[in-house]
Amino acid sequence: MQDHSFTTTVFGRLTLESLPIHEPILVGTFIAVAALGLIVVAALTYFRLWGYLWKEWFTSVDHKRIGIMYIVLAIIMLLRGFSDAVMMRLQQAVAFGGNEGFLHSSHYDQIFTAHGTIMIFFVAIPLVVGIVNFVMPLQIGARDVAFPYLNNLSFWLTVAGSVLVMISLFVGEFARTGWLSYAPLAEKAFSPDTGVDYYLWSLEIAGIGTTLSAVNMVATVIKMRAPGMSLMKMPVFTWTALCSNVLAIAIFPALTAAFFLLLLDRYLDTAFFINDLGGNAMLYWNMVWMWGHPEVYVLILPAFGIYSEITSTFTGKRLFGYGSMVYATVVITILSYLVWLHHYFTMGSGASVNAFFGIATMVIAIPTGAKVFNWLFTMFRGEIRFELPMMWVVAFMLTFVVGGMTGVLLAVPAADFVLHNSLFLVAHFHNTIIGGVVFGLFAGMTYWFPKAFGFKMDEFWGKVAFWGWVIGYWVAWTPIYIVGLMGTTRRVNHFDDPTLQPYFVIALIGAVIILIGVLGFVMAIVMGIVKRNKLRDVTGDPWGGRTLEWSTTSPPPAYNFAITPVVYELDAWQDMKEHGYKHPTEGFRPVHMPRNTATGVVVAALATALGFGMIWYMWWLAAISFAGILVVSIVHTFNYSRDHYIPADAIALTEGKRAQQPAARA
Amino acid sequence: MSTHHHTEPAHGSKGSIWTGSILSIILTVIPFWLVMSGALENATATTVIIFALAIAQIIVHVVCFLHVDSRAENGWTLIAFVFTAIIVVITIVGTVWVMYNMNVNMMPISTGEMSNM
Amino acid sequence: MTIQLVNKDAQRVYHQPEAEEHYHSGGATMLGFWIYLMSDALIFASLFAVYGTLSRNYAGGPPPQHLFELPLVALNTGFLLASSIVLSIGMQAMAAGRTATMWRLLAVTGVLGAAFLCVELYEFSSLIAEGATPQRSAFLSAFFTLVGTHGLHVLFGLIWLVTLLVQIAQRGLNEDNKRRLMCLSMFWHFLDIIWIGVFTVVYLFGALR
Repeated sequence: MQDHSFTTTVFGRLTLESLPIHEPILVGTFIAVAALGLIVVAALTYFRLWGYLWKEWFTSVDHKRIGIMYIVLAIIMLLRGFSDAVMMRLQQAVAFGGNEGFLHSSHYDQIFTAHGTIMIFFVAIPLVVGIVNFVMPLQIGARDVAFPYLNNLSFWLTVAGSVLVMISLFVGEFARTGWLSYAPLAEKAFSPDTGVDYYLWSLEIAGIGTTLSAVNMVATVIKMRAPGMSLMKMPVFTWTALCSNVLAIAIFPALTAAFFLLLLDRYLDTAFFINDLGGNAMLYWNMVWMWGHPEVYVLILPAFGIYSEITSTFTGKRLFGYGSMVYATVVITILSYLVWLHHYFTMGSGASVNAFFGIATMVIAIPTGAKVFNWLFTMFRGEIRFELPMMWVVAFMLTFVVGGMTGVLLAVPAADFVLHNSLFLVAHFHNTIIGGVVFGLFAGMTYWFPKAFGFKMDEFWGKVAFWGWVIGYWVAWTPIYIVGLMGTTRRVNHFDDPTLQPYFVIALIGAVIILIGVLGFVMAIVMGIVKRNKLRDVTGDPWGGRTLEWSTTSPPPAYNFAITPVVYELDAWQDMKEHGYKHPTEGFRPVHMPRNTATGVVVAALATALGFGMIWYMWWLAAISFAGILVVSIVHTFNYSRDHYIPADAIALTEGKRAQQPAARA
Repeated sequence: MSTHHHTEPAHGSKGSIWTGSILSIILTVIPFWLVMSGALENATATTVIIFALAIAQIIVHVVCFLHVDSRAENGWTLIAFVFTAIIVVITIVGTVWVMYNMNVNMMPISTGEMSNM
Repeated sequence: MTIQLVNKDAQRVYHQPEAEEHYHSGGATMLGFWIYLMSDALIFASLFAVYGTLSRNYAGGPPPQHLFELPLVALNTGFLLASSIVLSIGMQAMAAGRTATMWRLLAVTGVLGAAFLCVELYEFSSLIAEGATPQRSAFLSAFFTLVGTHGLHVLFGLIWLVTLLVQIAQRGLNEDNKRRLMCLSMFWHFLDIIWIGVFTVVYLFGALR
């Protein structure tokens, strides 16, 4: 019986017990995070950087700034997601027989749930969105994305989701239901505490941000290409950005709907996914996987695009088979929408259904294979420069292909009956996500880092990161494939069979090697900053690139291009270099630019409050926040003066400084 | 290909609005009348007919009120619409097919059905 | 259409400041909003798929034949269809520059939309009063959610409509407001299209069982 005292009205179900003061790991983490946070806040205040941060970054609608902020967010969330991974490896390396390890199951369940949720939604997606944000408008010769304000809002909504996930570490519990939070376990009867609510609200809010961002990117590619850049003259990365975002638009509504219905079940006692009153939990699986499978293609397609750009740049040749690359990308986009049931072959849909989806899943390996061959043929007889970005590409090819093959193995329903929810499956998707997506994102960050900041990352630490990740991946995950094939189930925090222990110990060593890789990457950035004068990119084209972003300075000016370039061929910048292109020194016109906005930050802050209020049953807070979002949004539409012009002489000044720099690398 | 001219959003002619309005009204009245009067004794036939009429009315709305044609936004409006329609069909047909099979194989049966197995 | 620019020395010209795209405020807005509408259509597709799966799960509770009053639904449908027609005529007036006429027609659209919502609220409350609540069965959960989500979209459209009425009264039909009206118009017609699906699949199919 709910006690309607003043305390429950104001604080909902939030009490002092919600704070994990009895969990030493969490208390320690909180102290460390709070200390770090205070240091950062103190430093920002001491150096008077708040105004700078607010004006130049938080309220910016510049796609380059927003892209970088997405990546910073992702790296911060990677630290937590990876800590979860190390904790799991540690637990599974020691918890055999009488040894229960240091993570009891309710804590372990939150860790693997948080690990997956954070890695997909708050690391992989923001990294992909961030890189697409930064690079794609430059590649198509545009000054910004189609909807700069929406871009800013999308970023802050993603932050709002991640803030809620971070709060869950210290206030209440996170979900224990796995990264997709299946019904009926996720229903109120079986998960009554705040866990699933944190999960659902943070992802609904972040999901809106991702959907709006995808609409933005698609409209940008369609409408804002430079004159002469027909579809078949777009860089491959732009093609993959387009297809990935089209796919994202197609699938996020399904996830939004699925989570919405689960929220209704939990808050209003509807009967969608419960076991009674005609509900059907299998329907939840169907809906989330209609999102879930295409989602991994949303992540991998831009990575494939990155590989294409890097391969052609570092072999000094046009990409082999551009047309077939484009078609393969489009085919993958369409096919990825037809395979979702392979995630639950074992749920009992019967032979016909399983056969259809099994075959469709195998077919999707074909266009993927075509892409790999195109990269190989590009490298054939090329002058390959094994600089860091290219090293990541080679590591990807050797690693990802194995993951793809285990995927085709799992696509056979009969095999999947044995391997479903085993560690073999877990190894497969880490193989493809790490070997495919993560390596690609590191390659892309290394490749475009000098463009974004004006100096390269430190090469030594970049190589530490590379070898840490590559060796670490293989050492960590090969044993997991093996124990999975032997029948070990996933999401288990304790084992009875001591013969499995050596494998898990090796996996833990692998995780530590990856940790070196993660820290190496951070150091590569830090030492890059320290040594930036030696690593300076003065030409704007440090690698000998072939696409338009390399025609700008590093970093590009706010307006990207003083005069929008005209495109004649594929690999537009390479074409310009071959035809003796000179940067314009006169004839500049005022450039129209959008103004900054605080609306995104405010709306996202209110969304966080709304989520927090709903999670803790603080209805007054939820109501006020929701009303606030409506009011702020409506008031925002009454502001009609959204833009300004950069005068022509300011542009001439910036371009004049550029003319004094050395010419681009041929 | 980028556009150099501003693609004018279609406003539609007076004619298309009248056509659309009248067709929509007819295509609404008929299904309601068919069901409320029970004119066709066969429920299956009625279902099929009113479904077809619904599709027809959706097309009327899309053409006459939303002015979707192959020229709008250089064809991108139509491409987006067709793509969405395909995804809608896959979503609904796919879900219903999968769930039907799941239900047949997995949902609990009554003791009566059990004794007949 | 490719652009081949060559100057008198037969060199490619990579910059044409004169051909610099005149800035069209919101040139991508119509397409962007259309794409957003497609994503909204997919939310409804999911809800229709859920309804299709759960619509026969009565859990011993009331089935649709006993619940739906088709005359009321017909009235509702009439309101919404009329509002779409009125809005179309209003958009014609906007194109012809007849601001005052357009404003009045937009207001009528809003009234009809509000009437739609009132009838729907009445229907929902009478269903709940007779015990057919969203919590009663999966069928009813799916029904209330599908129809209710549509109703929420209509409500949002009405808030948008009223805001636009105010903004047009304040600033007239400038480029921004015209663009916003075009988007609202797309949104409104889209909702009528969803309603066609709803009245057919939910109400008419339901009554035929």
